[in-house]
Amino acid sequence: MNDYLIQCRGVRKSYGRKPALTGVDLEVGPGRIVGLLGPNGSGKTTLIKLLCGLLRPTAGTLAVDGERIGPATKAVVSYLPDRMYFADWMRAVDLFQLFRDFYADFSYEKAIAMCRSLGVEPKDRLKTMSKGTKEKVQLVLVMARSAKLYLLDEPIAGVDPAARDFILRTILTNYDGEGTVLLSTHLISDVEKVLDEVIFLKEGRIMLHETVDAIREQEGRSVDALFREVFQAGPVFGMEGGMS
Amino acid sequence: MEWKLDDDRPIWLQLSQQLARRIVTGTYPPGSRLPSVRELAAEAGVNPNTMQRALSHLEQEGLARADRTAGRLVTQDTAALEAVRLREAEAVIQRYLEAMSALGYSREQAAGLLKEGTS
Repeated sequence: MNDYLIQCRGVRKSYGRKPALTGVDLEVGPGRIVGLLGPNGSGKTTLIKLLCGLLRPTAGTLAVDGERIGPATKAVVSYLPDRMYFADWMRAVDLFQLFRDFYADFSYEKAIAMCRSLGVEPKDRLKTMSKGTKEKVQLVLVMARSAKLYLLDEPIAGVDPAARDFILRTILTNYDGEGTVLLSTHLISDVEKVLDEVIFLKEGRIMLHETVDAIREQEGRSVDALFREVFQAGPVFGMEGGMS
Repeated sequence: MEWKLDDDRPIWLQLSQQLARRIVTGTYPPGSRLPSVRELAAEAGVNPNTMQRALSHLEQEGLARADRTAGRLVTQDTAALEAVRLREAEAVIQRYLEAMSALGYSREQAAGLLKEGTS
């Protein structure tokens, strides 16, 4: 058993000459729901892709559950990408069978049950589904595994507020309480109350890593309000007064 | 009953206060079993760890106690319940006096008007 589920040391990632992450040190424990917050282009997706092994760091090391990123960590990481990557002739049940073959921790029965509660017909083909329904299917695929780490890249970006609540509830009620959930978003006010801790990412670096309750206790305001100030104050650094 | 969460205070504290309120108003009667952490967290749409902290706080305040077999039980200690009810009432009075003071009434005038209003 490792104290930290996620460990990053001096992680850098550049795309050609363009830096995306410029030195990330991060430790996250088990059983946490963590928000990865930052404006567009701050490096959220890059960090998530490094953790699930889709990208390799330019420098630095990453570990999940004490193991360097590789086949062993992929078996315990459940990843929701920011876009759909399945062929649209497939049915949800085809995907469930595929995932059952791929991942030892995938529960076919749980996937079907989740579809039922989300109002998705598992025998429908993806191409007949609306965008929101497809997102639900993807979420089912990810949450029907009993992984140690769930990496959710923008799980609520494309859906309406009612569906958003529903998806957050699905995450809350379907994660087993021992796994850690790392979810990226810029819709902070919607997710704030489900999070244990938040990570503010800015220009490829971690600016703040704190629990939600500690932020509220120290700042006397919501994470959303703090985020708005932090990310508006940036361009006016060095000016007299700035945001008061 | 709805869960109301505002922006400027820790979430666990607000949950704990609302649970306490449900207990003193009899939504969860003395001696009854409280719903589980997961049920309450799902109902309020909050993180289970946050709800856990709120419930631990209730235990510290003596409003609930963990039971080995039955989960968490509401206290049957009526003195403890009465104390919390009184504390809630004092908070209501305080809010009333502050609002009246903002309108320019002294404490005595506020009390007098309250008496007239209720007689």
